[in-house]
Amino acid sequence: MNRRDFLNTIGAAAVTAWVPAAAFAQRTGGGYANLLVLVELKGGNDGLNTVVPYADTEYYALRPRLAIARDQVLQLDARAGFHPSLEPLMALWKSGELAVVQSVGYPGANLSHFRSIEIWDTASGSREYLAEGWLARAFALAPPPRSFAADGVIVGGAEMGPFAGGGTRAVALADTGQFLRQARLAAPAGQARNAALNHILRVEHDIVQAAAGLNGNHAFATEFPRSPFGNAVRTAAQVTASKAGVAAVKVSLNGFDTHGNQPGVHARLLKDLADGLVALRSALIELGRWNSTLVMTYAEFGRRPRENLSNGTDHGTANAQFVLGGRVRGGLYGLPPGLSRLDGNGNPPFAVDFRDLYATVLERWWSVDAARALNGRFTPLDLLKS
Amino acid sequence: MKSTRLSSFAKPLRLCAFAVTGCLALAGLAHAAGTLGFDDARHLLNRTSFAANVEDIHAFSRLTREQAVDRLLGWSGKPAANPPPPWVGEPFESPRRFRGMSEESRKLAQRELIQKAFELQSWWLTEMLTTPSPLTEKMTLFWHNHFVSSQQKVRSPQLMYRQNLLLRRHALGNFGELLHAIARDPAMVIYLDSASSRKGEPNENFAREVMELFTLGEGHYGERDIKEAARAFTGWSINPGTGEFVFRRMAHDDGVKTVLGRTGNLDGDAVLDILLAQPQTAEFLVAKLWREFVSPDPDPAEVKRIGRIFRDSGYEIRAALRALLASEAFYAPRNRAALIKSPIDLVVGTLRQFNFTTGEVLPFVLAANQLGQRLFAPPNVRGWPGGEAWINSTTLLARKGFLERLFRADELKPMLAAAMGGAMDAPKGAARLDDGRARFMRAMMEIRFDSGRWLAQFGGEDASMVERVLLAAAPVGAPASGAQGMELIRQLTQDPVYQLK
Repeated sequence: MNRRDFLNTIGAAAVTAWVPAAAFAQRTGGGYANLLVLVELKGGNDGLNTVVPYADTEYYALRPRLAIARDQVLQLDARAGFHPSLEPLMALWKSGELAVVQSVGYPGANLSHFRSIEIWDTASGSREYLAEGWLARAFALAPPPRSFAADGVIVGGAEMGPFAGGGTRAVALADTGQFLRQARLAAPAGQARNAALNHILRVEHDIVQAAAGLNGNHAFATEFPRSPFGNAVRTAAQVTASKAGVAAVKVSLNGFDTHGNQPGVHARLLKDLADGLVALRSALIELGRWNSTLVMTYAEFGRRPRENLSNGTDHGTANAQFVLGGRVRGGLYGLPPGLSRLDGNGNPPFAVDFRDLYATVLERWWSVDAARALNGRFTPLDLLKS
Repeated sequence: MKSTRLSSFAKPLRLCAFAVTGCLALAGLAHAAGTLGFDDARHLLNRTSFAANVEDIHAFSRLTREQAVDRLLGWSGKPAANPPPPWVGEPFESPRRFRGMSEESRKLAQRELIQKAFELQSWWLTEMLTTPSPLTEKMTLFWHNHFVSSQQKVRSPQLMYRQNLLLRRHALGNFGELLHAIARDPAMVIYLDSASSRKGEPNENFAREVMELFTLGEGHYGERDIKEAARAFTGWSINPGTGEFVFRRMAHDDGVKTVLGRTGNLDGDAVLDILLAQPQTAEFLVAKLWREFVSPDPDPAEVKRIGRIFRDSGYEIRAALRALLASEAFYAPRNRAALIKSPIDLVVGTLRQFNFTTGEVLPFVLAANQLGQRLFAPPNVRGWPGGEAWINSTTLLARKGFLERLFRADELKPMLAAAMGGAMDAPKGAARLDDGRARFMRAMMEIRFDSGRWLAQFGGEDASMVERVLLAAAPVGAPASGAQGMELIRQLTQDPVYQLK
């Protein structure tokens, strides 16, 4: 048996299978001049103490120890107010660049970290298992320009999350400089011979292209917070500053699984978040990108309204999320937490399906067919300026 | 310090420099009619044994397909040889103990749980690295990925260990027996919520997955079948004191049910027998074995044929494997190098391929975790999706980085030593914090690869033979001409084709 002969025969077919994605890209990509930045709050952020329903007596009844006192709250309207740690975001709120979406969730909420984030990442139903991330599906449908350094960049962490699967050109890196050093191990390769090898070569090609397109040495006047999240935001800004574009960047902030001793931990996390978002805005304004950037926070779930016996909170469901950017129409969206309508586990109902937010990004921000990318019809929110 | 010699299949490595080099040089040219020859023997061993070493390839090359498969299967189905962590025999610790714990003790217990999970992973990885029967480990892993349970939900390393013993016992035994046993396995009972399923409020989780993922596959049953089957499994629970399976008669629904057209006062075992009676079950399993051992695209006609053999044998797993591994398709040129190595294939396979000597295996557990395969903790009930999903920009760079570090271990050692020396001078608190890192670095220092001895198998000259042993197909980038020794090994293991099997 001669291995090389058969490989050469297979080669021709495999190479043609590789071509269409590139050909497609010529026709689309207009929407991707708009950048999406996802901010994952890992562990499940306590939305109730982030956006506090300070006029709701149920809230204070459920949280005798954990509730944020009415006079501490930074008021957004007559019912909702920010945790005091979010003070840095008040300027954005006042200038109308910050949308606060309350009671975001999905039917049949799953309370496992792993499963629920998978549902968010793949935009699946709660009993549906999808292999591809929601952004991977969107990019398969409407590929970003091939000239981009990558379709998506994940800052920190190795999980591809919403970018997983499909032909997405996504790279994960902690720091642009370090990535460029590691990428030396990847080499631009020649011919593909079968589907498995084709896939590996394509990933290797993505690494090489990303490494070529990301410069990682822009000198910002913005001061980034000295924290892991501050570093992640700096890297996200560096990625954005690169000459070759990207369609989406994802950063994460860890530690929101506050089952115990929540007050101090949560206050610190929210301060980290607020400082980081403000720095990101400042850096993007420097780059002239704030008006073409949409920042969206999310978490696998919110936390249980009733505090637990360890001065913390357990896994919940519906949650508050932020959307910010130069073209965001600031304000409150969704519904206040339904604390008088808790389910059997003691969790509130959702009012906005998280896929409605995804549909907002896909349709309104990128002009991508949301119904096809999300395998269903969802209603975009009207939170962007036209 | 305990050292583990990563042994080849049969005996301690016998250097073939003199005895075999002549045969190696000739191997590609001709072999006796009906026998495997070098490349086919390599293919069979590589797919079934993590890695194919020269000595075994040589021994297998003289066998026919049937003889080779029988020899493989004859070596398989062995109990684990390495001692498990000491706590597996201690009195059962219920995961329920976390409830009502103070924050302080909960954190402590949590940390202990994580520690034990690492010990359990290390135990299994050691078994994979040292076993004389790699196929037993591959099949145990196959069933772990089929009958998924995860420590993340079960939260009892003891029960996860017991489940591993069960999977191992039946790994090459009878699928019907395995199915009946796994349905009452305590970790499974917790993982798929049978424990809380009672008459009047049946939990459908196990009933759904047993049809969708364990036997029939999607589209071969209805929602009604799931609801009825869920009633049949009510009362299958565990004793929180001992962690053992119990049947709670009072919680069991003993009414009449109809599953897949069969009606009666069915209990859980009766439902499992109904599922086993469906020809679809045998074909579903054979297709999955095909994707594990042959190619990503099962051939429907062959799956039917082998499915029939499997069912006629009364679900003997060896019968299915024998038919699969002796099939034309298994050896077909189009299916060579068609599978992507799993992280375990890559880590265990590389260490076995090169006869690495290691101390603590923790760094390799961590490597497999980083590459996306955390033993005892598949991502969800569907298991690791495998195939192309193994490779993305992060994991590919991590794979290359892992191989780079392995084959530059000697160059890295002075740097590690310096880093460790520095750590010793650090203030006490900081040093304690870095205990895990120090263990990791120490373990990295203990890695040994005797490249001279390994290369001596090839008579020190023939680069194309090294390539033929290490790669399932020709490399994408031919090694630089004149590359030899460690440099040749580095180039071949960095080639994309090294990620294939």
